[in-house]
Parts: sequence; C-alpha cells; structure tokens
Amino acid sequence: MQQDLEVDRVTKRYGAHAAVDALSLTVAHGSFFSILGPSGCGKTTLLRIVAGFIAPDEGDVRIGGVSMRGVSPNRRPVNMVFQHLALFPMMSVGDNVGYGLARRGVPKAEIASRVEAMLKRVGLPGARSKRIDQLSGGQKQRVAIARSLVLEPTLLLLDEPLGALDLKLREHMKIELKQLQADFGTTFVYITHDQSEALVLSDHVAVMNAGRFEQVGTPQALYYDPKTAFVAGFVGANNRIAGRAERIEGEMVEVATADGLAVRARASGAIAAGDAVEAFIRPEVIDIARNAAELPASAQRLSGRVASLLFDGANSAVLVREDRTRAEVRIALPQTGRFADLAVDEAIGFGFDARRAVCFRSNGSHG
Amino acid sequence: MVSAAADPLASRARLALLLLLAPAAVWLVGLIVLPHVELAVLSLRARVAPRVYEWSLAQYRTFVDEPLYWRTFVRTATMSILATACTLLIAFPVAWYIAKIAHGRAKSLLFVLCLIPFWVSETVRTLGWMILLRESGVLPHLLVALGITAEPVEMLYHDATILVGLVYTSMLFMVVPLVSTLESLDDSLIEAAYDLGGNGWSILRQIVVPHAAPGIAAGSIVVFMLTLGNYLTPTLLGGKNSLWFTEQIYTQFITRFNWEQGAAFGFLLLILSTAIVWAGLKVTGQRFGDVMRRS
Repeated sequence: MQQDLEVDRVTKRYGAHAAVDALSLTVAHGSFFSILGPSGCGKTTLLRIVAGFIAPDEGDVRIGGVSMRGVSPNRRPVNMVFQHLALFPMMSVGDNVGYGLARRGVPKAEIASRVEAMLKRVGLPGARSKRIDQLSGGQKQRVAIARSLVLEPTLLLLDEPLGALDLKLREHMKIELKQLQADFGTTFVYITHDQSEALVLSDHVAVMNAGRFEQVGTPQALYYDPKTAFVAGFVGANNRIAGRAERIEGEMVEVATADGLAVRARASGAIAAGDAVEAFIRPEVIDIARNAAELPASAQRLSGRVASLLFDGANSAVLVREDRTRAEVRIALPQTGRFADLAVDEAIGFGFDARRAVCFRSNGSHG
Repeated sequence: MVSAAADPLASRARLALLLLLAPAAVWLVGLIVLPHVELAVLSLRARVAPRVYEWSLAQYRTFVDEPLYWRTFVRTATMSILATACTLLIAFPVAWYIAKIAHGRAKSLLFVLCLIPFWVSETVRTLGWMILLRESGVLPHLLVALGITAEPVEMLYHDATILVGLVYTSMLFMVVPLVSTLESLDDSLIEAAYDLGGNGWSILRQIVVPHAAPGIAAGSIVVFMLTLGNYLTPTLLGGKNSLWFTEQIYTQFITRFNWEQGAAFGFLLLILSTAIVWAGLKVTGQRFGDVMRRS
C-alpha cells in the first residue's frame, strides 16, 4: 500500500530539550491517523515539521514518496486546518475557499464552480457570499476543511480543530469529521490531547510522550492491549496500582502495594520478582456485587464501601474505598440499572479477572 | 414612588457626568469652537473704511486670483501626501518588525528608539538635520572624503530635504498605530495563507494590509494633518524655497497684519485637510469611527 506520509527519524531540539526525538512514522493512503499526547509532548512541533513551518534538525519527511527537504509550506502537497481555524475574516466564505485556487492561478470561472461544488459537499451550499462572522462554530470548521480540501492535498493536517468548540458541538463535529474523511478519502493526520477524539475518529493512533511515540496502533489495540504504562494511563480511564512484584507465575504477576493490597495482573514486558511495577485495571473490568458470593469464582475478590457516586448516564461509575487498605478504586456501573439505588457508604464486594488487568515494570516516569 | 427614589440618583449621575466633561467642554469651546467662529467671521469681512467693515468674499477671491497663493496651497497638499506616503512606506516594515519579529527586550528597546527623538524639541531635531546637511555640514564633507563629489554640495533647501525632515518628524505617529493593528493580526492567518499557497507579496496584499487598514488610515490621517500644519520643518529645511501654506498664514497674520486674509487662508487649510482625509477614507473604504478607535 502507498504511504502518503513517511517521517524518517526526525529530530527537533530546542536547546538541550528534544521536542521531537528521532521519531519515525508512516501513514497509509486514505487513512485517518491521530497523534495523541498531553500538551507539551511535541505533537504540534511534529505537525509543523510535516507542514513545513519548522525545519527538522535531523531526519526527513516524505510526502507521497517525495522528500520535502527544502520545500516551503506553500509548495508542499499538504494543507493544514489550524487550531483556531485561521479563516480570513477580511474575505467572504467563497473567497476563503477559493484563496488557494486563486494563488495557483486557476481561472475565475473555474474557481467559482469548484468553490460552489466544495461548499455543497461540506453541506454549506449557497454560503459563498456570507461573511465569516455570520457562521456558527461548526460551519466555520467546515469552511476551514473545505478551504484545504478544495486544493486536493495528498495530506490534510488538523491541529486540534475541535478544541475551541463546546462539548455538544464537539461530539457532533467528531462524527462529521469522520464522515468527511470517509467521503473524500483524503489522508488525515490529526493531533489532539483528547483521547476520545483520537479513539472515535482514527484508523490508527500514535500515543506521543516527551518527543517519542509510546505506541502506535488501532484504537482497540491501544485500549485493550497497551504496551506501556503511559499508554495504559493516558488512553481511557484506568485504576493505577503501584507496588512491587511479589511473585511471578507464568505471565501472571502478583503485585503488592506498600499498604498491603495484593492484586494479580497479566505482565506486559519482562518483569522479575522484586521489581517496582504498576498494574492497571479498567473500571469496566471490575465486577461489583452487593453480595460477594455473586462475583465470578475466578475473580480475585475484595470488599469496600462506596466513597462517591459518579452518575453520568451510560458512563456512570462509583469510587469505592477498599476496606483493608483504604485504596480508592473506580468501578464502572453495569448499564442494567441494577445499582441505580447504590448509596454512599454502602458496603459492597468487587472483583476482577486478573487476565484483564495489565502490569508494567515502572520506569520511574510515573513517580 | 419608585421613580421618585431613582430620580435624585439619576440627576446626581448626570451632574457628575457634566462636571467630568466640563474641562473638555471648556477646552473645546474656548480654544477650538470660538476661535474658529471668530476666524470665520474675520475671513468673511472686508474693511471699507477705518473701523468700517462689510461682509465680503474678497479674501477668498484674492486666494483664487493670486497664483502664488493657490500654487503654494496645492504644493503643500501634494508634498504632505507624498510625505505621508513615504512615512507609511518606511514605517510599515519597522512596525512589522516590532510587532511580529522582535520579542521581549528587543521589542521595547526598538519602541524606545522610535520615541527617543521626541525627547528633544522639534527645533533642535531640525537643527540637527541642518548640521548634517548644510554645505559645510557632516554629510557633504563625508561625500567629498569618500570621493563621491568633488566639492561639498548644498543639501539644504531642496524639496527632498523638506520631505526627509517631515518623514523623520512623523515616523512615531505612523509606527504606533501600525504596531497596534499588526499585533492584533493572528500569526496563524499568515501561516494559513502561506500553507494554502500564498507568497509574501500576495499575503501582504490580501491578508496583512486589509487587516492593518484601520491602523494605516489612522496613522496616515495623523501624519498628514501634522505635516500639513507643520511650520518649523519646511521653513528651516526648505528655506525661502519652501513655500509652505502655513508660512503664508503666518505672513498674513504677523508680518502684514492682514488678519482677514490670514483667517481666510486658515479656513482654506482646514477645508483642504478635511477634504483630503474624507477622500482618503472614501477611497480606501474605511469608516472614520473605526479608524479613530485604532489610533
């Protein structure tokens, strides 16, 4: 399969700090690729290197198989949707969308027809003569994408374009963005710090931390099979239990925390007995029961009291304080409504299948 | 009953507003409106006998009939427009550098550099130019020393010299509004235009200048007005050749004691500057209110 974007061991340093550290990446034609990371992880620097606004210190960027070394942003087959969209307020919607075509010297009549066709495709027919400030947030977003896609770029870069929208619209635009990408078939490279955006939208996600990729994979792989503690902690909600590996049995590790809580989890990577480790258990992996006997026999069973209820419709959860160690555990509530009447301070039992919890050797980065 | 309670408060607020506005109002009426009414009356009367005056347009007729006057008038206007344009061309890159490229200390330093010449009086600054440019001055000698000219050249008393002086005097008033409008231009707009295939020139024309238009207009109006009404710089740097309209006004009032003629000239200058500013705003499609908010 053709690779639309190949980033080859790219490094960018600011002083002694490497914002992007010998990073390589390939994005297949027509896919939706996200780079997910906390702010300051270097994802914006990486995107700007691809767009051509920043020259890398080392390494090369190839777009559509062609090296971009020394190619300025206005000559790259790449367009970018900016964080605050950067629509030109001094121009009409039509002039915004037609700007790139006009710069390429496309005849006026052709610009007009291509702009109109593009606006129709993004669901804004007849908006050509509108001013930018007459548009809603979602419409601006579509104009920004139309403005880039009308140039038929090999690659569309998106720099957290949903960040400025309110929650409701963001949810809506997420779906719209995915549909637009499927419609146009253009390769999208999307950067975000919002894991839900990355998971919902992407074919592949790279989780970035401190200038490097922690893991690249499908959203499902990142969620169910994280390869590093950072990914486990960053993608999706997770209960983190830090302790020491007491015993190793095949691929299972028994983790004991400093205050005496012992849990079993599947080891990821090499772990030796006595290592400092971190175990992660997803809230939805943990079963909850009023009567401990209801829990599956294979589960490790614990008991605790409800510390607080986090009702959020289908995403509802409870924080439970384990009886012996006072450790706080987040547990997702089953959607059957069976625990709708759960009260704070109620005694409950909980347990989980050790094979669905995962354990990593600590590298100290998580303190 | 409710309004009875609210009324004293409202009238007190109105009184406070009046008191706060009073100094400005006194200034406006006493120093601007009254003198102008007086000037208007003066300019429209003619002396027929000692202490006997009648309404007349004689002063304005003199202006039309005497080529020296209206030629000076036109010359002053063109030179002022030229000086404004030169100031804009020089100040724009300076303002761009201060607003977009310089950071932190360098930025404030550059701003101060623009401001420093204004710590000395205009007379001293103009005399500085004279020391540099006169025949026995620094620059002509330098040119001789470098072998560019055989003997010292008189650089004073040319139109170009007047322009140099006027541009120098006006720089700050152009740089300040330009810096403030350029600072409000989002860098990502420029990047977006560049990303979409724009080049330096097209971005300047389609993105930067339209955004900076109110600042450009504000700076140009201020500089144009200052230049048109400038007396010292054209007189000192242009010498007898300067033919600046303010000099004609001065001559009428002070040398000839012809206050009626001077008043008419003053009014003509006021009409000229208003007309040119109005035309400038019309041509560039700016609104006066927007522009003044920027300056």
